[in-house]
Amino acid sequence: MATQQVICAGFGGQGVMSMGQLLTYAGMIEGKNVSWLPSYGPEMRGGTANCSVVVSDKPVGSPIITDATTAIVMNLPSMIKFEKDLVKDGILLINSSLIDKKPSRDDVKAYFVPANEIANELGNAKVANMVMLGAFLELTKTVEVDSIVAALKKVFGPAKEHLVPMNKDALERGAAAVRA
Amino acid sequence: MAKILMKGNEAIGAAAIKAGCKYFFGYPITPQNELPEFMSRELHKVGGCFVQAESEVSAINMVYGAAGAGARVMTSSSSPGIALKQEGISYIAGAELPCVIVNISRGGPGLGGIQPAQSDYFQSTRGGGNGDYRLLVFAPASLQEAVDCTMEAFDLADYYRNPVMVIGDGMIGQMMEPIEFNEPVKRELPEKDWATVGTKGARKPNIINSLALDPAELEKHNIKLQAKYKEMEENEVRYEMYNMEDAEVVMVSYGTTARIVKNAIAALKEEGINVGLIRPITLWPFPHKAFEEIPATTKALLSVEMSMGQMIDDVKIASSGRWPVHFYGRSGGMIPTPDAIANKVKEILGGAR
Repeated sequence: MATQQVICAGFGGQGVMSMGQLLTYAGMIEGKNVSWLPSYGPEMRGGTANCSVVVSDKPVGSPIITDATTAIVMNLPSMIKFEKDLVKDGILLINSSLIDKKPSRDDVKAYFVPANEIANELGNAKVANMVMLGAFLELTKTVEVDSIVAALKKVFGPAKEHLVPMNKDALERGAAAVRA
Repeated sequence: MAKILMKGNEAIGAAAIKAGCKYFFGYPITPQNELPEFMSRELHKVGGCFVQAESEVSAINMVYGAAGAGARVMTSSSSPGIALKQEGISYIAGAELPCVIVNISRGGPGLGGIQPAQSDYFQSTRGGGNGDYRLLVFAPASLQEAVDCTMEAFDLADYYRNPVMVIGDGMIGQMMEPIEFNEPVKRELPEKDWATVGTKGARKPNIINSLALDPAELEKHNIKLQAKYKEMEENEVRYEMYNMEDAEVVMVSYGTTARIVKNAIAALKEEGINVGLIRPITLWPFPHKAFEEIPATTKALLSVEMSMGQMIDDVKIASSGRWPVHFYGRSGGMIPTPDAIANKVKEILGGAR
């Protein structure tokens, strides 16, 4: 596989950190080399949050991403901040529920996913991140959806196993949103 | 054992407990807070004890006390907090006590910032405290290496009766990577017959002290310490050599920066430029002998650091004037990019080809 360098970004509470962690966890389950690096620092409530995930069949070099193969942006400030870090023909996954602008670059592949609307239809606004993750997996096949589900079970633990089906639905709806 | 995904700060804490650490004394500071948090949650489960002291000075002196009683003990902090601990570290080294000190470093000087930096190289390797003492200093580049170094650090501290430091930057502390806990190679560790655990009326009291007013006695103590450091230099040097064959330039870099350097090496390779890397895993003792293996094709050395140039002093000493030594660094929490490092290499080689 080619090395996937993924930036997940949004505002605090949108689940961008856990989206990145699930992808990292799933990569590890599949025996791939992975790293997860969060932004850290002083931040106000509702401020921006992002993490960098590398999934590769080779040992991970720098955990910092300067040439992203994909950026998953959950709000407008994140798109403005990170679209410039994409490689040419990189994937820009845009949460069109909260971003009403087009990206400024025309040399990247932009996909618009109304993640919040889809999550609300599923009955839980919190799974918007899983909708975006589902779209990402459909486009890149970085890991199997089953591995994400296995990771979910490990991260949630048995007490929250009942949330797994809804998360699976969210992954599937996200995939459907970008299926041509 | 299957690999698990952990955050660096927590992985270091878990490794310490696996290595038999029972006591932790610390004071909060970013970006290492998850480490004391983890210890406060986990240590009591193994019959140990966590204390948040009222200051770093207090914490390191609690370490001094626990180490004197023969316990496996650790403290952690970040750069300015480690600066505050220097007096205690010097005392512990002087009194020949084992302990492990973790520095998840940040930008300086002064209170500085909280983003990753490597500007504590001098502080770690030159003795931030007073006197003729040395710390064994590990600088892991990955979480697996951080776990391995931490587990071994406790044995080495006991073996040499000396503080051992594990230094990582904020990236090591904050990132997540898969890790597994592997037992370090077993060492014959001497009985801690020097520990102050009560005489029970059966022996003379043990005395733990770093004060020696008789100059002749103090010099004798220093000569003894030096012999110990010499032994560390002979036996504990760790380093990695990477892509050295036919290297035109050899970079020297440690910790997370060495990983960025590896990305730059891969990019340069695609352009037909062969560049090697010497990665010190122990900052002290510094891997002087790695420089003996530099190939005849090498025209120059390049020290790459997240500082304004500290390790470069050791690179110059190790090179002994055999190669010109260049520097590239960022500081204050800014992180070098692979492109910028590659450009520096091309500049050294006289422009892009």
